[in-house]
Amino acid sequence: MSESMKSSVAVPSSRQRQSRMMDAIVPDNRPSLWRRFRRAHGITYTVLTLFACIWIFPFCWMILGSLKTQREIMRIPPTFLPQNPTFSNFTRWFTELDFGTFFINSAIVAVVTTLGNLVFCSMVGYALAKIDFAGKNLLFGLVMITLMVPSVATFVPLFVIITNMHMLNTYMSLILPFLTQPLGVFLMRQFMMGIPDALLEAGRIDGAGELRIFFQIVLPQCKPPMATLAVLTFLSSWNNFLWPLVAAQSNKMYTLPVALSLYSTGQQATDYSILLAGAVLVVTPILLLFIFLQKYFIQGVTMSGIK
Amino acid sequence: MRRDRNQSSDVKAMTVLRRRRTVIAWGFSLPFVIVFVLFMLVPLLSSLAMSFTDIGSSDIQTPFNVNFVGFHNFMSLFSDKQFWSSMRVTALFVLVGLPLTMAVALALAVALNKGLRRVNAFFRALFYAPVVASTIAIAVVWRYILQNDGLLNSLLAIINVQGPDWLHDTRTALPSLIVMATWRNVGTLMIIFIAGLQAIPTEVLEAASMDGAGEWTKFRCIVLPLLKPTLLLGAVLQSVSYLQFFDEPFVMTEGGPLGSTLSASYYIYEKFGFGQYGISSAASYVLFIIIAAVSALQFRLMRNKDE
Repeated sequence: MSESMKSSVAVPSSRQRQSRMMDAIVPDNRPSLWRRFRRAHGITYTVLTLFACIWIFPFCWMILGSLKTQREIMRIPPTFLPQNPTFSNFTRWFTELDFGTFFINSAIVAVVTTLGNLVFCSMVGYALAKIDFAGKNLLFGLVMITLMVPSVATFVPLFVIITNMHMLNTYMSLILPFLTQPLGVFLMRQFMMGIPDALLEAGRIDGAGELRIFFQIVLPQCKPPMATLAVLTFLSSWNNFLWPLVAAQSNKMYTLPVALSLYSTGQQATDYSILLAGAVLVVTPILLLFIFLQKYFIQGVTMSGIK
Repeated sequence: MRRDRNQSSDVKAMTVLRRRRTVIAWGFSLPFVIVFVLFMLVPLLSSLAMSFTDIGSSDIQTPFNVNFVGFHNFMSLFSDKQFWSSMRVTALFVLVGLPLTMAVALALAVALNKGLRRVNAFFRALFYAPVVASTIAIAVVWRYILQNDGLLNSLLAIINVQGPDWLHDTRTALPSLIVMATWRNVGTLMIIFIAGLQAIPTEVLEAASMDGAGEWTKFRCIVLPLLKPTLLLGAVLQSVSYLQFFDEPFVMTEGGPLGSTLSASYYIYEKFGFGQYGISSAASYVLFIIIAAVSALQFRLMRNKDE
């Protein structure tokens, strides 16, 4: 995409076209580029900056609060900066509240779910995009139906089923129901449709089986949608709440959001210094991931939005 | 290429080939199909079946040994005041929250669609950040800000305003949750809308400028109509997720005060918690049908607009 399409006005790539237009309208005394930019966008950016400050404020307030002592956080009116910054709230999560277990649970569930989706969604996506077979429309219909079903519609019977499979309160119960997400199938299929058939035919002529074609020819081409899928799956797994709340029944199986929610509605309900430290611990890994892999997060939204 | 070869060979080889391809394709789809059947199709059907039985937590080991009760669950559901109240809360949440979220998202998208690309990318990431954070963590922070002697009321006290106890007042609890949900969800729609705006050809807008159209006229007469499919898509995605809202009231208000934030999902969860799986399933089916109807209706609208 050319620069001029993305930023429709001014600086500096679309300058020529812009200035030609300006010449037609105001031939003399053209103000400098910076002045023109400020006139056109100054107000927008001022408002945006103000808005942005409000927007990130809850995050700042969360971090500031997590560094305050238990006594300071109770003070009315609240202090802005922590007077005696302390990490004791964080250490309490590790020593008293078993943060390590929750973190490992969340990590195991998110990583395995992500890996499973990468492999299985690409496999279905490949079948749907590149193989002509009986029942293809049926399969695609199933994927589309699954896209529409909310988890709130299925969690009660799912609970009964998982209990009878003797998987309640295990990693299996947290991972299996999410192992192949329809959105992932959809993403992979859309991308794989764009891979030229000639490439696969070449493989077939060389005598490669479907499995080899899939792993050695198709998958290496699919890095962009796989990165997007990985990020999307990891995010939704890390933040998933309703099902883990139902399926994880003891301390040793809680994921981070479940643990935090139970503490925040239990005895610790008013102990905000420790709750905010917990919130920081839950949010930080995913925010770091977001900062470094921003491109894929944004692509994920755009791709899942434009179905 | 292969098709040519097949045509020259006999028809039998072709059917054998197609059968082989079918086996391979379903083989590729097997993991998805298993997960779909076991954790989606079976629960969806059993949810329907369960809503006509008196299944409860004591039947969990013997789910087939329950009594058929006809429409009894639905009757008691529809005569339960709390159920109607939960539907009303959900409807309010969607009817107020959705337009609000869409308006803010659209304003941000328009503001970020022009000007400096790098600066815009920064702002875009910033406004998107709340989306990636766990709702539970976010809810803890907002509860801390909104509590009676919290930050918001302390700020209001500076200008001599006595703020209400936001989350414990029946008049302000739901609006507080709506504002928080807007803050959290604007990012997704903003990204989708920016993608939609970038697809609008700049020539059209330049032509309008030449004809002397102002910014507002251009927005109203060109941008909005061209953006309609994107707006509808955003409305579908967001309303489906708002119809299921659960995490926010779970942590922030526990459905209170006096059920004023008890959403449909929360009602379902609560009935499940009481062990009334039959009623819970019935309620979840009602919600599921509403969600399916909303998405079907909105997709229908979208198709009509496309024509």
